[in-house]
Amino acid sequence: MEFLGEVVAWFGDPASWTGRNGIPIRAWEHVSLSAASLAVAVAIALPVGLFIGHTNRGARVTMAVANIGRAVPSIGWLGIALPITLALFQRGGLGFLPSFVALVALGIPPIVTNTYAGLREVDAEMLEAGRGVGMRELQLLRRVEVPIALPVIMAGIRSSAVTIVATATLAALVGGGTLGDFILQGLYVNDQPRIFGAAVLVALLALGTELVFGFLQRRAISPGLRPETVASPG
Amino acid sequence: MIEGRPFFQPQWIIDNLDEIGRRLGEHVLMTVIAVSAGFFISFGLALLVRGRPRLYGPVIGIAGTIYSIPSLALFALLIPLTGISLLTAEIALVGYTLLILLRNIVTALDGVPADVIGAAEGMGYTPLQRLWHVELPIALPVIVAGIRIATVTTIGLVAVTTLIGMGGLGYLIINSGIRRFFATSIYTGVALSVALAVFADLALLAIQRRLTPWARAREGRA
Repeated sequence: MEFLGEVVAWFGDPASWTGRNGIPIRAWEHVSLSAASLAVAVAIALPVGLFIGHTNRGARVTMAVANIGRAVPSIGWLGIALPITLALFQRGGLGFLPSFVALVALGIPPIVTNTYAGLREVDAEMLEAGRGVGMRELQLLRRVEVPIALPVIMAGIRSSAVTIVATATLAALVGGGTLGDFILQGLYVNDQPRIFGAAVLVALLALGTELVFGFLQRRAISPGLRPETVASPG
Repeated sequence: MIEGRPFFQPQWIIDNLDEIGRRLGEHVLMTVIAVSAGFFISFGLALLVRGRPRLYGPVIGIAGTIYSIPSLALFALLIPLTGISLLTAEIALVGYTLLILLRNIVTALDGVPADVIGAAEGMGYTPLQRLWHVELPIALPVIVAGIRIATVTTIGLVAVTTLIGMGGLGYLIINSGIRRFFATSIYTGVALSVALAVFADLALLAIQRRLTPWARAREGRA
């Protein structure tokens, strides 16, 4: 109980909320880094997934690369990025840049694999029907394949978003700030209330991300495909 | 990364083979402990929720909530209870395995055809005999698929435990790597971690094939 009091005191201390090392700045770093990384990961992974899903060309190689990508530990991406950005940009290679590069790389594989899997699940008959009514390939993709695959694609984006927000915590290791900075600083000086308080904020941010993207995923089911309008099997 | 020092130094790896081997061993050990403990807990929970299906939703909900908490935050939340210790690391690691393992074990056991269970009952199997001799062998491929995902996930998460004082490959990536701007140590740790994940995945697949020879015979006929 005494400990929880100290945690509340950390939250209540005005110093926790002001300046470069205040909660608002660190939270902003966390959210903006995650959002920028997710946006770029989607911009790269979605076209790749749509291309290999629609044409089935290069699918085997791309999926093999994506699967190895998934075996890289999240902290590993930060480690891979840091020496490269430092070599290229010296001091500018610390902080946002290696974190951003690592989070983009981390966010790509789930979106590529899900987009591909989602498109492959579309019935060949549906595609035939689309071609039969005179749709061109791009129309087919936009009006048949993507609407059917959208929930699976969104599940990929959701898993990518949750992993990115989680790993943004570790970006503090390469000078990226974020709420993880409180935890690392706290571990360094053994300030347990600060460690715990920041961990609560990180956990809430991650759960919030999960909820928001889970909601978007459920919304992504095309009206024509909502469960009540689909004949139940058997 | 520090000027005047080569980017990658193979000599460092040769000079530190002992240390690298020890970190790899620690990594394997922490992973084995977490996945084994996670498996036994998940198996118990699976039997429990099969007996009381109403519990399945809440139990999966809790496992899912744990799963979406970032690892560094989960370690940090446990520190007031269990300190900066191996126990803290393992509780969190086990927590992450529960969602994957529990879901797969339940799906696998539910996938056993009802007529097979009926036949086993007709032959006079007790529920425990039936579980061991009939349901588990049939459920094995799906259960092992869950163990493979849980193992690969755990290998990645063990790397973070070095932040709360543990060893493992995370030590090479973070403590002697990122914190000292030393690329050779970072890349050695990352490469070994990926290799370990790929090896563990293939090894578990091989074990599953050995344990279920009939599945392969069926594949051969098809």
